[in-house]
Amino acid sequence: MKNVVIPIGPQHPALKEPESFNVMLSGERIMAFSARLGYNHRGIEKACEDRTYTQDVYLTERICGICSHSHSTCFVQAVEEIAGAVVSKRALYIRTLIGELERVHSHLLWLGVAGHEVGFDTLLMYTWRDREVVMDILALLTGNRVNYGINTIGGVRRDVAPAQAKQVLKAVNTLEERTKYYIEVATQEATLINRLSGVGILPKEDAIALGAVGPTARASGVDRDVRRDDPYAAYDEMAFKVITDGHCDVYGRTLVRMGELMESYKIIRQVLEKMPEGPLTVKVPRKIPAGEAVSRYEAPRGEDVHYVKSNGTEKPERVKVRAPTLANMQNVSKMLEDRQLADLPIVIAAIDPCFSCTDRTTLINDMSGKETKSMSWPDLRLHGIEWYRSQGIDFSKLNKKLAERADRV
Amino acid sequence: MITNALFSILVFPGFCFLFIFGLAAEFIDRKAYARLQNRVGPPWFQPGADFIKLISKEDVLPEEANPRMFKAMPIFALTAAVTAFFYIPLWTTNAMYSFNGDLIVVLYLLTIPTLTFFLGGWYSTSLYSKIGAVRSLTQLFAYEVPMLMSILAPALLAGTWSLSEMSLFYSQHPWYWLSNMLGFGIALISLLGKLEKVPFDIPEAETEIVAGTFTEYSGRLFGLFRLGIDIENVVGASLLAAVYLPFGITSLPILSFAIYLCKVIFIILLMTLMRSLFARFRIDQMLDFCWRFLSPLAFVQVLLSLALKGFIAK
Repeated sequence: MKNVVIPIGPQHPALKEPESFNVMLSGERIMAFSARLGYNHRGIEKACEDRTYTQDVYLTERICGICSHSHSTCFVQAVEEIAGAVVSKRALYIRTLIGELERVHSHLLWLGVAGHEVGFDTLLMYTWRDREVVMDILALLTGNRVNYGINTIGGVRRDVAPAQAKQVLKAVNTLEERTKYYIEVATQEATLINRLSGVGILPKEDAIALGAVGPTARASGVDRDVRRDDPYAAYDEMAFKVITDGHCDVYGRTLVRMGELMESYKIIRQVLEKMPEGPLTVKVPRKIPAGEAVSRYEAPRGEDVHYVKSNGTEKPERVKVRAPTLANMQNVSKMLEDRQLADLPIVIAAIDPCFSCTDRTTLINDMSGKETKSMSWPDLRLHGIEWYRSQGIDFSKLNKKLAERADRV
Repeated sequence: MITNALFSILVFPGFCFLFIFGLAAEFIDRKAYARLQNRVGPPWFQPGADFIKLISKEDVLPEEANPRMFKAMPIFALTAAVTAFFYIPLWTTNAMYSFNGDLIVVLYLLTIPTLTFFLGGWYSTSLYSKIGAVRSLTQLFAYEVPMLMSILAPALLAGTWSLSEMSLFYSQHPWYWLSNMLGFGIALISLLGKLEKVPFDIPEAETEIVAGTFTEYSGRLFGLFRLGIDIENVVGASLLAAVYLPFGITSLPILSFAIYLCKVIFIILLMTLMRSLFARFRIDQMLDFCWRFLSPLAFVQVLLSLALKGFIAK
């Protein structure tokens, strides 16, 4: 077969969210790879400007379905910094607790997805079954499985009762045992290792040059973790190791995530042990004084950055989100160099992408000086039809057929 | 005579039996797979319900596809699998039809479904189908050699090319089948490749090429393909049972029949177990594995059989 371009997405079984990748193949070999973001843009940043800070906490929580706590904490931290609020220790500890539980559920989810991408469905079923344990704990603590709604500006909304803490500890013990088993599987199962090791190589220099973050960077030997380097919440009082690995491939990324799970269990135990008494919230005025702040947060997928600018009213002037996937996305084409089609799903999955968090629109300025204009819905529709026609996809015949059939009926 | 033949071809132990047994085997496979993965699994009628649903749906033909080839391929796959069944001795030492050399015919009849996957995929002109089609053909060249060699070994020991005569030989010389266990393992792995199951489901790797060959198939045609694969599953397992587990042929037909069912289900469960234990291979890894490990091992099995034959002759 001569070179063919096959579309992976916007709709494809390997992708859980719409995103478009085009791969040029020569036989099974990937010759070129291009990614196009923007299929899942929801305009959350803009929507934040129309809402009050309190409402924005819940909106930013909905940026991501997996690391919802990361985004809301990141936003809340920025707002608290502008307002100069000093959050109580207890609230910080509870944020840390939920953050680490979230990391556990995200990493377990990732392991299952990775198993599915290489056709190892048994691993998917097992990890997702065990993930239910941590989901139940999150529901117990916050009332929700995904969007916890625990953060508020100036603290947290729910306390952790001693009885709940006991249940969390019990669940953590179970999870630790299961994680040890998965580490055993990942390091001993030959077919799995064959599919993971040597795949998606990202050398350390490239990881730094392309700005990789999170487990993707740490698996390439970049020793970088916001929790240790720029501690937020209660991480400065926690003893934990930053897991790095020198494999630089998908196998390394698996090991890093598994190692991080074990560290998370340690952190959760410390949080529950040392949790100080104190109020849950401090009063923060509805109108945040003018100012700006950047907040960093080590989400399960990597460093999450929020920028908030306030103008003295009760609504922010500007909110900017840099989700970790945006930083990692550039690395994918490097990782796919000289690989086979079969490696594509696992390489993309190995950065643990979350496309809807990362999606943004691009505004192209017309350099000829013409004014930018907004398009009406019919214009946009016509533009779409014309664009597809220029790509060689023409639906007009089909439309006619459908219209004829409708007439007959 | 003709009615007898028609009855055995169409009803028992022909098409109708295979239809029911194929669906039952699919259920056993899916249920066991689910239980191994800690899931509940489907109810017993699920494969049948799936089939009825597919049959009642509209066929969608891609505009670019060659309609004749596209429509003919599922029927070819089904027919080839059913035909192969007639030459395999099941619960007696005699197959329904047999002649010297039917072993090779059965193996090649079982290759036809793979060829139909290739042609069906190729003529449906979708890119995913084409890649899947090329993959299934590439895979064919990898597993066919070890499969043929490992099935050749018991035949060499028996000194015949006919499955029925092989069955007769092994029933006269019980315990000889134990010498073929290496070949059984190899043939089982090759059969996984033939049936395109994990770890060799490369041609229909869902996360890479959607459904491979079957991407464009829907409705009745897809239902027929599915049925063809189910039947090939049973036929392949029956072939392995006849060649490698040739015991339990008693004078009591019902007992023999029950033993035959047990053997086939045992083989299907073995495949299910392997399916749940491994990750999918990449196509280059699969070729490597088949040529570097399976083929030499199959060769060892052939040498073993020849040595044993020489030893017996002395």
